Amino acid sequence: MNTVVAQLQRQFQDYLVSLYQQGFLDNQFTELRKLQDEGTPDFVAEVVSLFFDDCSKLINSMSRSLERPENVDFKQVDSGVHQLKGSSSSVGARRVKNVCISFKECCDVQNREGCLRCLQQVDYEYKMLKTKLQDLFNLEQQIVQAGGAIPQVNIN
Amino acid sequence: METDQIEEMDVEVLSSMWPDDVGTQADNQFNVEKPAGDSDTLKEVDIAEKRTMADLKRLPELLNTTDQGSSQLTNLVRQWEYMQDHAVRLLREELKILTRQREEAEAKELKIIEEHNFETEEPENVPVLDETSHLFRRFRQKKRDELVDSKRVVIDEEFDTVAYWKQKALSLEKMLEASTERERRLIEKLNESLKTMESHSAPVEELTQNLKRAEGFLHFILQNAPIVMGHQDKDLRYLFIYNKFPSLREQDILGKTDVEIFHGGGVKESEDFKREVLEKGKASKREITFETELFGSKTFLIYVEPVYNKAREKIGINYMGMEVTDQVRKREKMAKLREDNAVRKAMESELTKTIHITEETMRAKQMLATMSHEIRSPLSGVVGMAEILSTTKLDKEQRQLLNVMISSGDLVLQLINDILDLSKVESGVMKLEATKFRPREVVKHVLQTAAASLKKDLTLEGNIADEVPILVVGDVLRIRQILTNLISNAIKFTHRGKVGIKLKVISEPSFASDKEQNETSVWICCDVYDTGIGIPENALPCLFKKYMQASADHARKYGGTGLGLAICKQLVELMGGQLTVTSQVNLGSTFTFILPYKVATSDDHSDDQDEFSDMVDHHQPEPDDTTEGYFQFKALLGSIYSTAMLTSPIKLINGSVADPSNSSGQSQTVQVENGGYMDESESAHQYGNGNGHRCSSKESESCSSSQASSEMESELTVSSPREEEKTETEVKETSQQPKILLVEDNKINIMVAKSMMKQLGYTMDIANNGVEAINAVKDTSYDLVLMDVCMPVMDGLKATRLIRSYEESGNWDAAIEAGVDIKTSESEQGCERSTDRLPIVAMTANTLAESSEECYANGMDSFISKPVTLQKLKECLQQYLQ
Repeated sequence: MNTVVAQLQRQFQDYLVSLYQQGFLDNQFTELRKLQDEGTPDFVAEVVSLFFDDCSKLINSMSRSLERPENVDFKQVDSGVHQLKGSSSSVGARRVKNVCISFKECCDVQNREGCLRCLQQVDYEYKMLKTKLQDLFNLEQQIVQAGGAIPQVNIN
Repeated sequence: METDQIEEMDVEVLSSMWPDDVGTQADNQFNVEKPAGDSDTLKEVDIAEKRTMADLKRLPELLNTTDQGSSQLTNLVRQWEYMQDHAVRLLREELKILTRQREEAEAKELKIIEEHNFETEEPENVPVLDETSHLFRRFRQKKRDELVDSKRVVIDEEFDTVAYWKQKALSLEKMLEASTERERRLIEKLNESLKTMESHSAPVEELTQNLKRAEGFLHFILQNAPIVMGHQDKDLRYLFIYNKFPSLREQDILGKTDVEIFHGGGVKESEDFKREVLEKGKASKREITFETELFGSKTFLIYVEPVYNKAREKIGINYMGMEVTDQVRKREKMAKLREDNAVRKAMESELTKTIHITEETMRAKQMLATMSHEIRSPLSGVVGMAEILSTTKLDKEQRQLLNVMISSGDLVLQLINDILDLSKVESGVMKLEATKFRPREVVKHVLQTAAASLKKDLTLEGNIADEVPILVVGDVLRIRQILTNLISNAIKFTHRGKVGIKLKVISEPSFASDKEQNETSVWICCDVYDTGIGIPENALPCLFKKYMQASADHARKYGGTGLGLAICKQLVELMGGQLTVTSQVNLGSTFTFILPYKVATSDDHSDDQDEFSDMVDHHQPEPDDTTEGYFQFKALLGSIYSTAMLTSPIKLINGSVADPSNSSGQSQTVQVENGGYMDESESAHQYGNGNGHRCSSKESESCSSSQASSEMESELTVSSPREEEKTETEVKETSQQPKILLVEDNKINIMVAKSMMKQLGYTMDIANNGVEAINAVKDTSYDLVLMDVCMPVMDGLKATRLIRSYEESGNWDAAIEAGVDIKTSESEQGCERSTDRLPIVAMTANTLAESSEECYANGMDSFISKPVTLQKLKECLQQYLQ
């Protein structure tokens, strides 16, 4: 049983490290993980799922705004991007945040094509991250079920 | 183009040496016509011959008697002789031709005779011309060959008849006649040429011509030249002058000396010069500037040569002057320019040198500053870590070591700061800060710090007059620095007795009790006195100079950089004050500095506490510092730290509202027993509550001095915010928990921030935008607001502005104007709220649109860059909530 836990733990560690290395996550995610304690064992998962819901909603609303080729309400798009950027920055979703930065730039110059491209990218990135994190949380659960503790991962 | 310019530059139109308009009045000698441009032969030139003036009687005489004169004549004679020679040669040649002709004629005749002889066999010796008889013979042969074909007498009569001889005689006679005729013509011609020769031989005419030509030539050359020529006899009287000043007439010049003719500067000099030449007998040149009424200021280059007669006696001088005024002026101008140039160049190089030196100095200072800074940063780290370490659980020995470490670190830091400050002040970079601080506290801390490292049996005392305001505005860091410097200086030179600080208000005594008066200026006089070795009077002037100490002996004995007082003085002066010293040898010294401060309202120190407690080193302010008027410290070594704390029983606790009695700021006079153990127990007693146990431990250990001191130290340091905070939070009701408002629209951010707060042990209210924030601030008294900048409905900057406007005006009119729906239901409570400044910390995404400058400009106190981390949040809360 211990070996299973240890294996799972190592797997978890490696996976998490790879997420950082591939740029999906940054230090803010570490911050987030620090906030999770006995009182709030699912804190990270909660925040992250809230974030993904947010993403989905915002992306939908923005794609509606950008749907029509003319009279795009860039202000609304901008506010959406701002939200998304803030959230992604808060959870440490690095790639999403980076796309948001260029998204915002496109928005500032009212470049609809660019906005659409960024929108697609954001959509892709957040879904990607969602899958990855889902895997991570699954691993976590497996460790907990196996009776192990979530290992501390030092990312540096 | 280029040459044109050069010509323009170099060749100036030369004005006539003498003015043009003077000449007419005199005997019109000066009507020189300018030569026509194309007239290059002498004949076509109209030469004014009247410019010369000469004593005609004496000139020929002169010419005869002097070398120069005779050489001229010799020349003329030689020329004439040459011409005569030439004529003679021509005549001779002519004569030669004639002679030859005659010879030919004779030869012919001879031939005829020969022929005749040959035919008649006449004797040969019939000479026709005696003198040429020898020739006859010589020619005979020749002529026989040459003249065979000459005319032969053709006789057609029969030979040796009468008719024949007759005919022959006739023809011969004819030939003779022709020959005679030819001879006669030749003689005639000879005579004629002799006659013409005679007519040519008159030399006077020729000489005159020549002379005239020479003179004409001279005139032609000289007519417009700015040249004066003359001859003066040995008394320097003019005998001859050429190109004299036009208005002078003959009688004005001839027979007179320069001095007699002209008046003004240079005349005498030229006369002396001429005389000198005459005496020395050597020709020479000199430049003389004349300043005469006649022609103004003119410079002449004068050439003078002595004139000798044939007997080699001096009879006078020739002189020639050329006007060079313009050239001289130009030359002088050039010289001046050159001089200016040289001066400018010298100045330039001097300046470059200075700049270089300044740059070097600046670089050196810069390097010093950089180095100091580079040392300071890691050192701060060391000291800071040590301080943090001191807040952890340590045993006594560890704590003691740590304290030594901290104080040593502090000393080094201080030294580095001194150097940095000095270079900053000197280079004018030093900026003063205006912060609120409590003078009493500063004095106490300075003394306390000094006592911590005191190794002598000295009493340190602080005495603050009642009227000194509780809270003033100034650069507390610098003031503290000055005090520390002066105190450590005083301690250094004091071996027994007291060292102290005395604070009193000067010139505006009425002011001190009036605490309601805001931002009024007050002058506080601070004496730092000691009972030390004193300073001799002659050493006082250089006391404040850099790297100077009262004497070399002192430097050796007491060490130190000699920078301290210099820095103090510069700092005091920078703050608009004055630093003076009075001293008596062996009795002590008093350094006095007077500085202006602004008085701040003292009733809001609950909010401000953090502002200045940061400033005063690592020692956490004791709550009682606010109003204490007297402190006394003794060396920790063997004696006890004693602070009178009999006054103000109310302590200030982290950010909680101050007790009204405390804010009244009445300073009570405190009686202090000198260094007794009683004091210690008393003071220990004051800590009360959770710290009570220390009391007993201290009392028991007080006999051991080192332990006592370490204990004291620990007491000083242990009272850090953390510890108190913890004890307080346990005691406090929940209402004492600081109230924090988070203004943020992003749910996820809220969730994260909230979680972080929770981990730090705080809760907070949430507002989702600026309008909600304003309403929240209106209803609740918050201790801190964390404000997102970019928000829908109303952004953080605007909300902050409106909150600040409320703090200033006491009403929400500006917010209502801005369209915020102020709920009036609870307005009563809002109105009662004090208008303290609410700390608002911005949360920015660090983009261009959310720059920190903008945050400050809109009234925010600080900012946290997003994403918010636990560490950042913690630091922020530590700064604003204590």
